[in-house]
Amino acid sequence: MNKWTRRAFITTGLVAGGGLVVGVAMRPGNQVKDLAAKLGEAGDDLVHTYIKIDSSNVVTAIVPHSEMGQGVLTSLGQMLAEELDADWDQLVVEEAPAIGEYASYSAGRGYLMAGIDFSNLVIPTVDGMMMRVADRLNLQITGGSMSVRTTGVLAMRTAGAATRQMLREAAAQSWGVHDSEVTTENSHVIHAASNRREPYSTFAAQVAEMTPSYTPTLKDSSEYKIVGTHKPRRDIPAKVDGSAQFALDVRLPDMVYASVVRAPVPGAGITSVDDSAARAIDGVIDVIVIPRASVNNMLGETLSTEAVAVVADSYWTANRAVQELQVQWSETGNESVSSDTIFAQFNDALNANSERQTDRVMGETESVFANAARVIDADYHVPFLAHTCMEPLNATAVVRDGRAEIWVGCQNPLGFRRDIALTLGMDPENVTLHNHAMGGGFGRKARPDYAMQVAILAREVGRPVQLIWSREEDVRQDFYRPAVQSRFRAAFDANDNLLAWENTYTNKQEPIEAPLIPYAVANQDIGYVSSPMHIPFGAWRSVDHSQHGFFTESFIDEVARATGRDGFEYRAELLQNSPRHLAVLKRAADEAQWNRPLPAGRGRGISLQESFGSLVAQVVEVTVVAGQVSVDRVVAVIDPGLAIAPDGIAAQLESGIIYGLTAALHGEITIENGAVVQSNFHDYQAVRMNEAPLIETHVINSGYAIGGAGEPGTPGVAPALANAVFDATGIRVRQLPLNRFDLNIQAEETGAVG
Amino acid sequence: MSTSFWINGEQQTVDVDPSKPLLWVIREQLALTGTKFGCGISQCGACTVHIDGQAMRSCVTPVSAVEGRQVTTIEGLAQASGELHPLQQAWIEHQVPQCGYCQSGQLMSASALLANNPNPTDTEIDAAMQGNICRCGMYGRIRKAIKQTSVASQGEEQLFYSVAGVTHE
Repeated sequence: MNKWTRRAFITTGLVAGGGLVVGVAMRPGNQVKDLAAKLGEAGDDLVHTYIKIDSSNVVTAIVPHSEMGQGVLTSLGQMLAEELDADWDQLVVEEAPAIGEYASYSAGRGYLMAGIDFSNLVIPTVDGMMMRVADRLNLQITGGSMSVRTTGVLAMRTAGAATRQMLREAAAQSWGVHDSEVTTENSHVIHAASNRREPYSTFAAQVAEMTPSYTPTLKDSSEYKIVGTHKPRRDIPAKVDGSAQFALDVRLPDMVYASVVRAPVPGAGITSVDDSAARAIDGVIDVIVIPRASVNNMLGETLSTEAVAVVADSYWTANRAVQELQVQWSETGNESVSSDTIFAQFNDALNANSERQTDRVMGETESVFANAARVIDADYHVPFLAHTCMEPLNATAVVRDGRAEIWVGCQNPLGFRRDIALTLGMDPENVTLHNHAMGGGFGRKARPDYAMQVAILAREVGRPVQLIWSREEDVRQDFYRPAVQSRFRAAFDANDNLLAWENTYTNKQEPIEAPLIPYAVANQDIGYVSSPMHIPFGAWRSVDHSQHGFFTESFIDEVARATGRDGFEYRAELLQNSPRHLAVLKRAADEAQWNRPLPAGRGRGISLQESFGSLVAQVVEVTVVAGQVSVDRVVAVIDPGLAIAPDGIAAQLESGIIYGLTAALHGEITIENGAVVQSNFHDYQAVRMNEAPLIETHVINSGYAIGGAGEPGTPGVAPALANAVFDATGIRVRQLPLNRFDLNIQAEETGAVG
Repeated sequence: MSTSFWINGEQQTVDVDPSKPLLWVIREQLALTGTKFGCGISQCGACTVHIDGQAMRSCVTPVSAVEGRQVTTIEGLAQASGELHPLQQAWIEHQVPQCGYCQSGQLMSASALLANNPNPTDTEIDAAMQGNICRCGMYGRIRKAIKQTSVASQGEEQLFYSVAGVTHE
């Protein structure tokens, strides 16, 4: 493999019918014959993104990312339009088809460029989906809050600037003027002195002959006219009139519907099926056992265990018939596992502390703790969480004549295509995948099990099949945010100075820096022990930050309070050498009027979390009445380096906060008899309108490298909430969700004032 | 067995099991896919439609229950001329949708609310909208869009007449 460089590779070519195409490649030395033809010359680069200027001067960008609500096509379009000086109203941004040319090399490349340096939390980091780059060949992934940071920065900006530079040179040559006199605006090149103005498309043929600069001069942010301004999202009008086409909305001639059920205990297979009652239901077409299948990609193994599906002329019929199936599931040995046994197992693992691995060791903690004037300790717990995207998992497929066609909403179209091909024993070239905007993704729709299932069904039935998971199946067959226990110790000297921070938690996932703290503590020992579970793990919005944000930002608050200090001021003192962190923290405190006294029964808490290259501070205000917590207000400040789409960032923060608040207040998947107990929104509650706090968002454009937006809002709300509850009641919440926490009983036991 | 009802102003007759939920009749027989499946047990509101002007969960409403009644789906919320309902306009103005999957249901709940109560208080908005989950968490924007529309609607009582079966004096 060639060495990665910091440059994007750019090629140009003519397209049929006149017009220019600019391909941005992320890996040199790879022959791509399909695209080479489109480029009109022998392309030797793997093209990741391409940008077309057609003969009517319309600019189209094709990007390898999926829309799941985050507005990615708008923000990437803004980055391109800015550097290209393209006419925003004429700009089209489309999601790339799932073919090999669009593999997200930039995602892997972003990881390699960033490097992982535990001592420097400011660098852009990526989540676990990007970690195992060895599998990058089938990566076309949207996740890890990466789209703007990789495709935006590496492809959109660079290609836009390089193309604009070539257009100016081409126009200058053609007009016989110096290129410094040529300016650009709204997809036109302009020579003011001679009053000339031509559309970009005029010079497409000339530019196609030119060699683009790999390192074009990018605009200074002070020149921005499109980036950093509000551009209404292009996908929203279709989402208010019912016309947006989700995968669930696919309608094919002769299509039938399917519902499916897998074993309650993860990993179990089928011993026997009695489908007589199901088949007796009018409208049932077939009952099909879907075999166990397993695929591996950079996310790790996705095991799709055996399932029974009913195919019928209506989804309602299919799902009713599934309830009538009599299935004997095989024993796995995990039938007596419960949430209690899992947490007991975690506790044993932490007590044994064997084979402990470390994330960060600084200074010397052992002797510090041994000689400390005072030590405080605490154990924190969080439960498993399901994703519960509003759109239940579904996919539609046709498999016939050695070819498969699939309609799905997923976060990794190219990977899904490969996995479906593997499942069907086909070459990926014989699988066509149509990716739809997703009704939520949150990490779940990076796992291909539902698409693998429908492929089998369509092959067996021989006609188009739409498989829809019931909400019950969606809740019970997830790849869950794992339950975690985290144990802390802090050591103080006789003057209450914090000397050492020790933290050991169960089961490390990604991103690797999630448990690290930004605070200046001289002696740190942060590590983990392994305590395997049979419950499948998956990336869940913000991944490990979702638990470690709660743990570390709660315990630092405990440390502050243990020494009689204010949570904000204490953090600020420990961030004196981290000006970027300090600025975000202070801004949140200022905006929330941190020092304004609150009436009795109300409380205020703060948190600071760096994740996915962005910093977020949150102040949460609560009212606690008779042990019932209501969240009144959340003030959130984000430093994403630069906000490409300010309203998009605000929306993502609001969204991330409500997602995190749902988990903090209600989210709990419990295990009994080896199986998930919850099944639907009645027992796996989401925050609703009546519980939604007022959210105020503020953005700091610090000029640091651009950070992510989709996930960084999620981790900080739970600790800020728990710290606010402590402020209001004197009760420390060390276990989520909050609604399982009886603040009344705690108040009596501890004597704290409620 | 056949059931006849009005949907978005057109009479339809379907020959299906009378206990089949209206949601699946709308999506499968009538091929109107704007109304979404989210939970199947009236917990999430994604399937909300108007039945005689009231917001109802179509996933638990047997089609037999709408015999002879007026059903409005998201496809019927705009004026016949294509002019968007004021709430749809406010949804765009406030950039409410993210993934957008729940928004048909949100808009049907909100439009029924305003049709019956053109100037709801915050508490009334919360009460009317709490049956609709948005996992993207756009509640603040939804609230703003409803409030703006409710204020804007004062003196323009025609605005909500597009909701079938409801008239205002």
